[in-house]
Amino acid sequence: MKLILALLCALLAVPAAAQTALPPAPWADRQIPDAAQERKAKALMETIRCLTCQSQSIADSGASMAGDMRSQIRERIMAGEQPESIRSWLIARYGDWVSYEPTAAPILWPLWAAPVLLLGLGLLLLRGRIKRRTRA
Amino acid sequence: MRKLLIWLPLVLFLAFVGLFATGLFKPDDRVIHSRLVGQPLPAFTLPAAASDRPALASAQFVTGKPRLLNIFASWCVPCAAEAPQLMALKQAGVEIDAIAIRDARPDVDGFLQRYGNPYARIGLDARSAVQMALGSSGVPETFVIDGKGRIAYQHIGDIRADDVPMILDRLKDAQ
Repeated sequence: MKLILALLCALLAVPAAAQTALPPAPWADRQIPDAAQERKAKALMETIRCLTCQSQSIADSGASMAGDMRSQIRERIMAGEQPESIRSWLIARYGDWVSYEPTAAPILWPLWAAPVLLLGLGLLLLRGRIKRRTRA
Repeated sequence: MRKLLIWLPLVLFLAFVGLFATGLFKPDDRVIHSRLVGQPLPAFTLPAAASDRPALASAQFVTGKPRLLNIFASWCVPCAAEAPQLMALKQAGVEIDAIAIRDARPDVDGFLQRYGNPYARIGLDARSAVQMALGSSGVPETFVIDGKGRIAYQHIGDIRADDVPMILDRLKDAQ
């Protein structure tokens, strides 16, 4: 019995993160019971940047603030809020920077146009080659 | 035309080299500024974080006089480092309120006992919810709130001794 209790305690122990003494927020590392809602929350969390570890998404980060963000996102999705409205709420506070999802902002137009331009260039080159080949 | 075209790869290559070089040598700015500067303080009500200071709500900032809102935590080392500067600001007559992030009352009490207590009111934000609502991304941060309850300025990181006159200027500007 004691052994089982000790093992249970070991399960509850959180790795020392040296960031804060508080345990993680309730929904930081717990899935929403409704699978469809959890999928929505997870998809959003994977595209929101962690403010502490800036090259990670909050889904990957162990930072305490990322945990608080995950918990808040899950709670808001459970309350019926749409992921995109949570994303724009965050962007209104932290700027485009906080979202990994590219937007249609003018500064990103070259990014969206690049595949089309490169494909066009490729076709042009191909046409030149074929023409030369048929002439020969 | 064909003769010019032969230089195109080289030109492209040089363009990329230029792009990477500017990216490499540009000083790194990883500070995330809140987009709410110039806008009203988001509404919040927080419980008291310390035993001998009252709780904090956003409505208490509409006083007609600018105040500082310091975001700190008892577990944050730079927060301890900025404590003497906050004390100096308090002695200069500045009213300072605070939000303790992911904290617990005994820890806040211990921190204030050790490093001094320059705060009028301290709210406890146990799950960083108000911190997110403010567009704040870490501790410590200090917001200058004008008398109408609008965010006038955000200072990111600890207030150093040479930042104090600048903070006082910002407070004067927010009058």
